Amino acid sequence: MSEVRMYRRPVSTWWWLRKRSYFVFVMRELSSIFIAWLVVYLLLLVSAVGRGQTAYENFLDFAANPVVVVLNVVAFAFVVLHTVTWFSLTPKAMDARLGGRPVPPAAVIASQYVGLAVVSAFVIWLVTR
Amino acid sequence: MPEENGSGSIGLRVSRYRPESDTEPTWQEYDVPLRREWTVLDALNHVKNEVDPTLSFRWSCRMGICGSCGMNVEGEPRLTCGAFLADYAPGPIRVEPLSNFPVVRDLVIDISDFMEKLPRMKPWIIRDEEMSVDDGEYLQTPEELDAYKQFSMCINCMLCYAACPVYGLDPEFIGPAAIALAERYDLDSRDQGARERLDVLIEHEGVWGCTFVGECTRVCPKHVDPAGAIQRYKLKAAKESVKALLLPRGAR
Repeated sequence: MSEVRMYRRPVSTWWWLRKRSYFVFVMRELSSIFIAWLVVYLLLLVSAVGRGQTAYENFLDFAANPVVVVLNVVAFAFVVLHTVTWFSLTPKAMDARLGGRPVPPAAVIASQYVGLAVVSAFVIWLVTR
Repeated sequence: MPEENGSGSIGLRVSRYRPESDTEPTWQEYDVPLRREWTVLDALNHVKNEVDPTLSFRWSCRMGICGSCGMNVEGEPRLTCGAFLADYAPGPIRVEPLSNFPVVRDLVIDISDFMEKLPRMKPWIIRDEEMSVDDGEYLQTPEELDAYKQFSMCINCMLCYAACPVYGLDPEFIGPAAIALAERYDLDSRDQGARERLDVLIEHEGVWGCTFVGECTRVCPKHVDPAGAIQRYKLKAAKESVKALLLPRGAR
């Protein structure tokens, strides 16, 4: 049999701009970088608190820097995207069953928001008491 | 616009590739009657029969069962036998071969990569010890059937591969349909081959290649939900890894 000359279509660098769903997916992947930044930021805060008053005030000055503020606002937006998209994907990844019956996807998603609210309330209580 | 008895017309913008003369695909426009009950496949057959017999494409059953007529319609992987012209009016309708596969000719793709991947999943019932015919059949309850039935609905149309950007970027990725097929046998109460399939799927180009875009599930004409199958597999694979790390060999 003679070799057929097949055409292989190149994948464009901008493939993720072609569809809304691809774009949201790439943004969700990108959000992990900002999650990582916020973890580093939290560690810096904890370390500054541990090193005493001056270190803590230096950290506050650093945090008030406009560049850091803008970065954190953008990071927060990505964290929200990350949370919302992953919460909505969870029922697809989990075959959750109660007494042999599948749990409706909405209930799985709702339970995660309840969990988030409970943990947030606890953290707020811890910080403000 | 379609009239009551459907006497308008609509444009088809079809990707052509003739390997003997073309270095890359080109567009060709056809005008086809816009009939309310006509699908893109009907329109392509009209072109082939009445206008241009050189146009090449795959099809067989015309009723969403055989999985042959998958193409990109307006950039979306669709079974062309289920894509109605009227839904794309006023057109023109862009028809291309499924993405992520090499093009053999016009709308025909090379499926050998998919054909090579399917058997790697060992898509058959594996038993530690075969029962003899005298022992009777392997019985199954309706609940046990329900556990895997959804994943057995796959018709190998490859729309999920065309929708998957991971497969587009890395053709080594075993892909949505193959993993859903593995899940179909793993969830079958008669099967004992989960361990063997996991060995293949736990590789990098197995389930971990998937980044959960979810497009495979969205385009699936049979509601198989390959994305769900893959994520469940990841959970299983992760559990196995943790077990392997924590438990002594005998307890696994």
